[in-house]
Amino acid sequence: MGSLLAERDMLWDAFTTTLTLAAISGLIALVVGTIVAGMRVSPYVPLRTLATVYTEFLRNTPLTIVFFFYVFVTPSMGFTFDYKVAAIIALSCYTSAFVAEAVRSGINSVSLGQAEAARSLGMSFFQNLTIVVLPQAFRTAIPPLINVFIALVKNTSVAGAFSVFELFAMSRRMTNVYSGDVLGILAGVALCYLIVCIPLGQVAGHLERKVAFAR
Amino acid sequence: MSTSRRLFLTGTAGAAATLALAACGGGDSEEPEVAEVDASEFPEGSTMAALAEAGSITIGTKFDQPLFGQAGPDGDPAGFDVEIGKIIAGALGIAADDIEWVETVSANREPFIENGNVDIVVATYTINDERKEVVDFAGPYYVAGQALMVAADNEDITGEDSLDGKTVASVEGSTPAQYMLDNHPEAELQTFDTYSNCVTALTNGQVDAVTTDNVILAGFVAADEENLKLVNDGETFTEEPYGIGLALGDDEFRTFINDTLQAAYDDGTWAAAWEETAGVVLPTPEPPEIDRY
Repeated sequence: MGSLLAERDMLWDAFTTTLTLAAISGLIALVVGTIVAGMRVSPYVPLRTLATVYTEFLRNTPLTIVFFFYVFVTPSMGFTFDYKVAAIIALSCYTSAFVAEAVRSGINSVSLGQAEAARSLGMSFFQNLTIVVLPQAFRTAIPPLINVFIALVKNTSVAGAFSVFELFAMSRRMTNVYSGDVLGILAGVALCYLIVCIPLGQVAGHLERKVAFAR
Repeated sequence: MSTSRRLFLTGTAGAAATLALAACGGGDSEEPEVAEVDASEFPEGSTMAALAEAGSITIGTKFDQPLFGQAGPDGDPAGFDVEIGKIIAGALGIAADDIEWVETVSANREPFIENGNVDIVVATYTINDERKEVVDFAGPYYVAGQALMVAADNEDITGEDSLDGKTVASVEGSTPAQYMLDNHPEAELQTFDTYSNCVTALTNGQVDAVTTDNVILAGFVAADEENLKLVNDGETFTEEPYGIGLALGDDEFRTFINDTLQAAYDDGTWAAAWEETAGVVLPTPEPPEIDRY
């Protein structure tokens, strides 16, 4: 691991890139995923179909292929993104499908009476969803959501294969230069992922306790 | 429904057969000679004795390197590295069928040798001092060199000194990529996980050039001569001696492999192996001098 310390500027650079990818994609995925989940329970069939197709298509496609699409296919159609932007788009799309399913499972856990009561008060579908159902849905969705975000942090390593210099790409560069310290370098990189993911789990535990409610 | 399914199946079987035949075109038709070897000929307790006794050897090679080690649809790799592996196995009395091929990528070659997952590694493996601290090298059996590949209509790039402000793609964690970082910081390096992705970026126009060893680039040019070309006919600007990796400190085995290579140079087996594989695209070089350090 000594070689990682010797190259700590590079390590820091790669670490922040991983963090940035995960944070921005996570935020976008949360917003998009929630909207898709909302569409999936909406009373309008076209919206429901669209959301189902989106979710099933993205969560059943290997992430590398999603990356390949945004890095190589869209440029050949005339839309070229910076590699980092392409990585964020790919990660957001892919993760949003999983977020949507986690949120949907939360929505399904809210008892039907809640939505019926809201409707009888004259609330629209949108009000019903945002004011009554979703706040309760998120409480149960927190553990699966954190799972999704932890997976996202690790999935950022795929970006290393597409010209984004993050932790995994750095480990490949380093193992070439310091081939005598491969184990040390990989252990160091694994530690960096732990540093991000373990606190995420802690936050989940904290949030769960904070929003716990009696049923 | 059943008719169309049957047609589909016939079609696939036909295609598979064609591919299999194509894969056989190279080395499989003419295996290198297998020596009649008795394990007791080797010094007792040596690696050679153990391998000859077992009658099998595990060799690590690349599975994605055209001309050197590329796995066919049947999963068995073919190429110059594979032929070298067969020559060494043959000297131990091991037939080509008894070789177990294991895919080694750049990052796992040292750990695979250190942990004994493989007996030797023949995988476009550049000999350098850093690596010599953890593994030993027999050979070199070929000296490659870094070259540049550009789009067929590119006239701007004429050599490594014309890369200012150009984007150059290579594989992350490879020696050529590191050479670009160290010697050409004025060129923008973009790294991918595989050479085929680098080539996609080049044919898409997202990068100006792809750089790595000449032999690897030659494989891509051979596959797509309409769109790709080597700068200055594959002029090289580094020396990458390819060696055979083995466990550190096994000097007996290293000497044995070196002797086997020397014999293959002298009797023309080496040149024949080259002509059957990489020689399809590249001229046959003089065998390099073996470094018995």
